[in-house]
Amino acid sequence: MSNLNNQMVNKYRNDFLKEVEANVEEGDWVKMCMQCGVCAGSCPMGPYWDHPPQEIFMMIRAGKREEVLSSTSMWMCTSCYNCIARCPRELPITHIMHGLAHYGKRLGIAPKNQPTLKFSQKFWENLMTNGRVNELKLGITLYFIDGFVQGIKNALAASGIGLGMFKAKRLDPMEILGGHSVKDKSGLKAMIKKAQEIEEARISGNQ
Amino acid sequence: MTDVVATNETILVVGGGVSGMTTALEAAEAGKQVILVEKRPYVGGRITQLYKYFPKLCFPTCGLEINQRRTKQNPNVTVLTMAEVTSLTGSEGNYSATVKISPRYVNENCTACGACEDAVEAEFDNEYNYGLDKHKGAYRPHRMAYPERYVIDPAMIGTADADKAKAACKFDAINLEMQEETVELKVGAVVYATGWRPYDANKIQPYGYDRYKNVITSVEFERMNDPMGPTGGKILRPSDGKEAKDIAFIQCAGSRDRNYLKHCSRICCMATLKQTTYATDADAKSTVYYIDIRAIDRFEDFYQKVQKDENVKFIKSKVANITEDRETGNPILNGVDTEGYNRYATPHELVVLAVGMEPSLDASTLPEGISINEHGFIENDGTNGGIFAAGCASDALDVNRAVQSATACALKAIQVVNRVAGSEG
Ligand SMILES: Cc1cc2nc3c(=O)[nH]c(=O)nc-3n(C[C@H](O)[C@H](O)[C@H](O)COP(=O)(O)OP(=O)(O)OC[C@H]3O[C@@H](n4cnc5c(N)ncnc54)[C@H](O)[C@@H]3O)c2cc1C
Ligand code: SF4
Ligand code: SF4
Ligand code: SF4
Ligand code: SF4
Repeated sequence: MSNLNNQMVNKYRNDFLKEVEANVEEGDWVKMCMQCGVCAGSCPMGPYWDHPPQEIFMMIRAGKREEVLSSTSMWMCTSCYNCIARCPRELPITHIMHGLAHYGKRLGIAPKNQPTLKFSQKFWENLMTNGRVNELKLGITLYFIDGFVQGIKNALAASGIGLGMFKAKRLDPMEILGGHSVKDKSGLKAMIKKAQEIEEARISGNQ
Repeated sequence: MTDVVATNETILVVGGGVSGMTTALEAAEAGKQVILVEKRPYVGGRITQLYKYFPKLCFPTCGLEINQRRTKQNPNVTVLTMAEVTSLTGSEGNYSATVKISPRYVNENCTACGACEDAVEAEFDNEYNYGLDKHKGAYRPHRMAYPERYVIDPAMIGTADADKAKAACKFDAINLEMQEETVELKVGAVVYATGWRPYDANKIQPYGYDRYKNVITSVEFERMNDPMGPTGGKILRPSDGKEAKDIAFIQCAGSRDRNYLKHCSRICCMATLKQTTYATDADAKSTVYYIDIRAIDRFEDFYQKVQKDENVKFIKSKVANITEDRETGNPILNGVDTEGYNRYATPHELVVLAVGMEPSLDASTLPEGISINEHGFIENDGTNGGIFAAGCASDALDVNRAVQSATACALKAIQVVNRVAGSEG
């Protein structure tokens, strides 16, 4: 368990709702949920994951910290915004789900083998290298995320998508040689570093 | 010409539902001059369209009859039907109201014999039954309608049918030349009792009221259960006319929802509990989908009684959306229940949406500065001068509370015109 996680456990003790309100993006909305069930029933991913948003919000109130933060549910959210459009209380559900996922990740207790989490990490690393996303490299990394053989299978299964992106000029085969990047790479890295420092200072301030 | 005498000691009541009638009668019986302006061709408002009243399950016709008799007998009340206030200006003790009166084409000679109705062919959507059936071009809006006079639909004018109606009348009661009139009234105090209207179910897209025949509203369900109503009191599926034996009720349809009406309409939980008794009486099963049951005030015992009925099941969940089984025409309710987070997709034979109540007031006819809350209801506060709101013009209320608020408004209005009388010596 990470240091930060231990600190948070000690700080908020049994009040997970308070912890969420203070540390999770849009977390202070959670208490507004009236448990009507519309988001759970409207979510296209609903049938496939452990806890729909409605249940996650109830679990937060019930103090089920570990279960929530290590849940794969938030990572399944496709950002379709169905839930936000339908919630009678206008909770920013999508953002809370992402916020929870991010918080779990920051504390080091997000599920390790969740594909979206891995994708996000690769996406981030890819972005950090050049300041832009290199679709080809990201795609290749993702294909081989489960090992070489599975990667070839993935590649074959998705070749239609790749070809489509290529035709639509979204995928440039020359990118394998380095790829496009922003003009001032070191400037960008400095900026991101600063932003990370600010974010970390903010989190420590909350401790 | 309509001849109406009004002074600034007169009280104007806008809207002749149970609230407006109560205010008008209380004030008139206390000796004040009252003018009651009603948009429909008859008084009574929406309670005339209910089959039974909660909590006693008695018939609204009973109280309605008493009020109509009181109105008929009291010379202090002048009733203008098919009339609307189109503008109001002035201040406490000195208001000026413009009233537009639409032609009925039938005068006070009418005995309600019905000969004109038999003579005509044209039919129109029957608003009284929320469009579930048609009425003839010459009609009595409902069997107890007061004033007891027929109405000729304006679309009839200039047709051969209208002439047939006129020819059929032995009492010289039909006048096809009647014109719209506008009268100006000077009054001292004004009570708005403009009531409510059901929230437009078409706007609740996921429930498919506009797409699925067997999804209806609670107000339509009331009409269906009335033995004098469009289905003769039978609960029939609009798709195939078969009796529905498995009925679902969806609570908060359009209420407590920032996408629709933000407020809780307050009466629809009780209305649904009442309607499950209609279903049980018809040997049908009910399933109520709800967020929480708000059996206001002392009605908790009514809820408990319904809970004991084995024909009624409660599912704590706001239905997410409705789809349809094409073959059977059964609506399928989809959602997740809150007690266990179980996903369901349950077909029912008929679905009743417990639609919310929204104010029917057109605020643009009010003088400036009148206090209206975020839901569109008039707020009774001290800054409104001699203008008051009774019944559902002020909030979503049941009849009992609507009448209480109407009586309070009568007292307030009487105080205003008494002050005017005092200062005029
Ligand atoms: C499905 C359902 C079931 C219900 N069942 C029950 C029940 O069992 N028991 C119970 O206590 N309550 C019940 N209610 C609530 C009940 O209907 C209301 O409490 C009652 O109708 C309020 O009366 P009102 O006079 O305030 O308004 P309304 O009945 O709406 O009357 C307002 C009148 O004003 C007129 N009007 C509107 N605007 C103008 C204008 N600009 N100029 C002139 N006239 C105008 C209208 O034509 C109407 O006649 C039910 C409601 C619903 C939705
Ligand atoms: S739709 Fe909104 S209020 Fe309803 S359960 Fe989901 S988050 Fe809560
Ligand atoms: S935005 Fe995410 S949580 Fe909301 S409905 Fe879509 S997939 Fe479900
Ligand atoms: S208008 Fe004439 S015919 Fe028609 S109901 Fe009245 S009295 Fe009878
Ligand atoms: S009274 Fe019941 S059904 Fe109506 S809005 Fe309130 S909670 Fe919903």
